[in-house]
Amino acid sequence: MTAPTGPAGAPRGLSTQVTAGVGSSPRRPDGTPKVKGEFAYSSDMWMEDMIWGVTLRSPHPYARIRSIDIGAALAMPGVYAVLTHEDVPCSKFYGLEIVDQPVLAVDTVRYHGEPVALVAADHPEIARQATKSIRVDYDVYEPITDARLALGHPGWNQVHNAPGAVSELSRERAALHPQGNLVRHLKLRKGHSDPVADVVVGGEYEVGMQDQAFLGPESGLAVPTGDGGVELYVATQWLHVDQRQICAALGLSPEKVRLTLAGVGGAFGGREDLSMHVHACMLALHTGKPVKMVYNREESFFGHVHRHPAVMRFEHGADRAGTLIYVKAEIYLDGGAYASSTPAVVGNAGTMGIGPYIVPNVQVDAYGAYTNNPPCGAMRGFGSVQAAFAYEAQMDKLAAELGMDPVELRCRNALTEGSQAPTGQVIDSPAPVEELLRRLQAIQLPPQRNADADLRDLPGGVANTTHGEGVMRGVGYAVAYKNVGFSEGFDDYSTARVRLEAVAGEATVTVHTAAAEVGQGLVTVEQQIARTELGVHAVVVHPKDTQVGSGGSTSASRQTYVTGGAVKAACEKVRERALKAIRQRTGHATADLRLDSGKVISEREGVIGTLADLLGDEVIDETVEWHHRPTVAVDPETGQGFAHVQYAFSAHRAVVDVDTELGLVKVVALDCVQDVGKAVNPQAVVGQIQGGSAQGLGLAVMEEILISGGKIKNPSFTDYLIPTILDMPPMRIEVLEYADPHAPYGLRGVGEPPTISSGPAIVAAIRDATGLPLQRVPVRPEHITGT
Amino acid sequence: MEFLQPATWAEALQLKAVHPQAVPIQGGTDVMVELNFDRHRPEFLLDLSRVGELAQWAPENGHIRLGAGVTYARILTELSDRLPGLAMASRTVGSPQIRNRGTVGGNLGAASPAGDAHPALLAAFAQVEVESVSGLRQIPVAEFYTGVKRNALSPDELIKAVLITPPTGPQQFCKIGTRNAMVISVAAFGLALHPDRKAVGTGIGSAAPTPRRALEAERFLAQSLTDDGLWEFRGALPDATSRRFADLVADAASPIDDVRGTARYRVHSLSVMARRALIWAWNDFRRV
Ligand SMILES: Cc1cc2nc3c(=O)[nH]c(=O)nc-3n(C[C@H](O)[C@H](O)[C@H](O)COP(=O)(O)OP(=O)(O)OC[C@H]3O[C@@H](n4cnc5c(N)ncnc54)[C@H](O)[C@@H]3O)c2cc1C
Repeated sequence: MTAPTGPAGAPRGLSTQVTAGVGSSPRRPDGTPKVKGEFAYSSDMWMEDMIWGVTLRSPHPYARIRSIDIGAALAMPGVYAVLTHEDVPCSKFYGLEIVDQPVLAVDTVRYHGEPVALVAADHPEIARQATKSIRVDYDVYEPITDARLALGHPGWNQVHNAPGAVSELSRERAALHPQGNLVRHLKLRKGHSDPVADVVVGGEYEVGMQDQAFLGPESGLAVPTGDGGVELYVATQWLHVDQRQICAALGLSPEKVRLTLAGVGGAFGGREDLSMHVHACMLALHTGKPVKMVYNREESFFGHVHRHPAVMRFEHGADRAGTLIYVKAEIYLDGGAYASSTPAVVGNAGTMGIGPYIVPNVQVDAYGAYTNNPPCGAMRGFGSVQAAFAYEAQMDKLAAELGMDPVELRCRNALTEGSQAPTGQVIDSPAPVEELLRRLQAIQLPPQRNADADLRDLPGGVANTTHGEGVMRGVGYAVAYKNVGFSEGFDDYSTARVRLEAVAGEATVTVHTAAAEVGQGLVTVEQQIARTELGVHAVVVHPKDTQVGSGGSTSASRQTYVTGGAVKAACEKVRERALKAIRQRTGHATADLRLDSGKVISEREGVIGTLADLLGDEVIDETVEWHHRPTVAVDPETGQGFAHVQYAFSAHRAVVDVDTELGLVKVVALDCVQDVGKAVNPQAVVGQIQGGSAQGLGLAVMEEILISGGKIKNPSFTDYLIPTILDMPPMRIEVLEYADPHAPYGLRGVGEPPTISSGPAIVAAIRDATGLPLQRVPVRPEHITGT
Repeated sequence: MEFLQPATWAEALQLKAVHPQAVPIQGGTDVMVELNFDRHRPEFLLDLSRVGELAQWAPENGHIRLGAGVTYARILTELSDRLPGLAMASRTVGSPQIRNRGTVGGNLGAASPAGDAHPALLAAFAQVEVESVSGLRQIPVAEFYTGVKRNALSPDELIKAVLITPPTGPQQFCKIGTRNAMVISVAAFGLALHPDRKAVGTGIGSAAPTPRRALEAERFLAQSLTDDGLWEFRGALPDATSRRFADLVADAASPIDDVRGTARYRVHSLSVMARRALIWAWNDFRRV
């Protein structure tokens, strides 16, 4: 018997035989266990002898810490350790882009829920009780909760168009961080600085703070390795960037900090930053015991970054025919207390901020600010979501002003292949913006509601608030685009190790990447690609860990593209070597040979044998680091440059029934057309479009973290509402496949675009039904009723 | 924490007498949430789920005796015809899982202003039957709610049943939530017409510290219907009557602003619901 090497619930290799390759929809290897409730999520891990870690968090959004007294907590029976910032072994700060966030608060807390101390105990309940005996003496400050005020920018009125200058005075006075409260200012300047147009429309828009609302709370298990190192099993989006930050905090080399991806219950951006990672490792190293940490639902709302709330002001100018002449925009993103990925979010909001339209003159100022609100960072759609609510509302407003059909206006100005993005970047792959809209228009509208409609089909549902009274129907369109992959000069790559060998008489491939499977189906895609490239059936997906090079982040709709690209490249190398070996053995010319269905086939002679037989004992193992084509940092003064590797486009048409007297909304239809370049897994593509659309629907009509005085008011699924099956209509979806010549298989990232275009389409439909301007999302009943 | 598990009602009352601080638990859909959030650390939990008679209902002397432990799911499937208002309310509670466990007794025990059973019980003039080792009493439901999440139970008492007279006229229940299912009410309204006694029953939820009746509205409507002879003739309801009724319902509320909605919206939505519910009920009444 061998001793167990890892915790129960730690991932094992996934091995189902794929029945098909790229372009088909084989069953997911993790699908059946997930449906049966047998899949081990990170919170299910268990290990003999493990103890539990719990975090003490700040009750204040902004305060100085005078002292922390851990004596009483430490004295409690069952408590193994109580740690504060003094126990952080090396770097006390971490961060994705800017290292500004304390592992544990040092002398100041800057947001409600900031981690202050850690307890490890032999039972989670004892640990929780012990945190309550830690005495923290706070000197409470007035929080800064408005991004514009934090920057010292004046409030708006519609008369002045110029962005306010950053007031150095107020920056100094209120600086939350040594460099001031400005995290990033993205300036985009294209064309004339003072353009004029016949028709001008302006508007101010606001987007509330959305949560990723993943179902699997932050959790992981840290196991000391005995050589001073630690092994961390954790649910995350990017193992290597976690590892880098953990190593810095612990003062350990990467060999001493090994990470394995535990079962991830959703991510949507919320796991790009560290949560309990360093904390669990600190406790494990301190106590010499395995330490498990699991946030509960409430804590989870404090334990990860959210989508940046935004206030935006836009002005569009067009000629009388509806051709856009200029767009000016100011976009303020509230980054909260720490930078997280705010710089990149600002980059997206700025460079993608006017939508998929050809506009000769563009002036965009996108700002990210520090405040004492909860930190905001990555979330599906990443800066593009916020801007889309504004630019699509503007397009409708302009259409109304021109007396034009909103779809016609969009088509007239639609981005095309060969045209220029606001960054000056020439779009060098298909950009079927107009076609998306035309196809949407051609999809049949749902039938009118009949008089004896089932309550479930009416606004309010079975809560029985209307039998049709006050209900108005509206239709709205929106189109959006999203950059795929990391932008602005980031060296974005993934690593794949692919091994081919004969196992029990069958050619078997093992794919090993560190790219996180967070529910999106990457493990299936990895199998599909290996099967297509190597013509085998059996593909084992090795557990995701740091024993192989970085896979990059599971974000920015990039994994099928970048890790898919890496797996493909590694498979090609493996194939090349395998065929070479076989040629040497059989005397066939390599060019004559191909691999298919587990066989080696000669073009001239047909099947010459099974791959397994011809491989014999040979194990072919190749590791490839695959980079997508480079992008560049944009010019700091003009925002011009080849900033984005790829663009992905989607469009939605929403049909809503609104109870105009009660302000309740039923989304009746939410149809989507999206170009995916190549549907590597058509079923997963449709799943992404449905899920992304639902998340956009959530932000449009219900999802918001409510904050007052810097404090979160609704940290629960009782009051942070996400759409149910009665809120989300069945969708009609058309998937287009216009290959991007620069991408593997011609594919485009899929996951984010539908999150961007669905919400604005729904709000447009509500505006159509009610005639109200609706400048803020989520749209709440009282915005519609005016009460 | 000690877990008490009586097998009979008598035993339950005994235990409650000995441990008045014991927290009863029926479906647990409120109690377990409180425990999980560490809002309470009761010394004793008194599990009522084994007391068989609490999970029963039966007709009795012209009313329905609804055991405190009958779930919403069963009310929906077994009592939709006899307790239509309560069944409509039950249909809006939580999700199928919650309806399979949650009970009217638990709703009364929690006495949340947002509890969905309350407006229906108020409108139906239900009685709450409570008991302790020292005796049984019946409390009109309107007197049962004494404050925010407080009720009229003495520490040694348990809720045994709710007594509801089957309707002689139409009933309605409406609830506002900011999504189309599984949502805590922002405001709710229950209505029952009692033509046998020419009375109107109402219940308001989530718009005051406790669930409450809109007494002025009830009196006004009953009187108007009487004055216009409409109880007998079942003619069209004057627009002015439904409007005035709606205003009076709204006047009866004293809501607050909170994360679920604004006070103004609550008042507004109540008036809309009251008017619509009355029109639906009246149309039903004219049809029979
Ligand atoms: C996800 C979720 C959704 C929900 N949605 C709704 C909703 O839409 N509408 C709604 O109204 N409620 C909702 N609730 C709350 C809850 O389901 C209801 O209040 C339900 O009626 C409680 O019944 P129970 O049997 O589970 O009560 P329990 O949790 O067992 O008890 C509730 C309270 O009543 C007391 N109690 C129980 N039985 C007795 C008794 N016989 N005598 C004296 N005291 C007693 C308990 O001590 C406790 O204080 C929801 C809860 C959850 C978790």
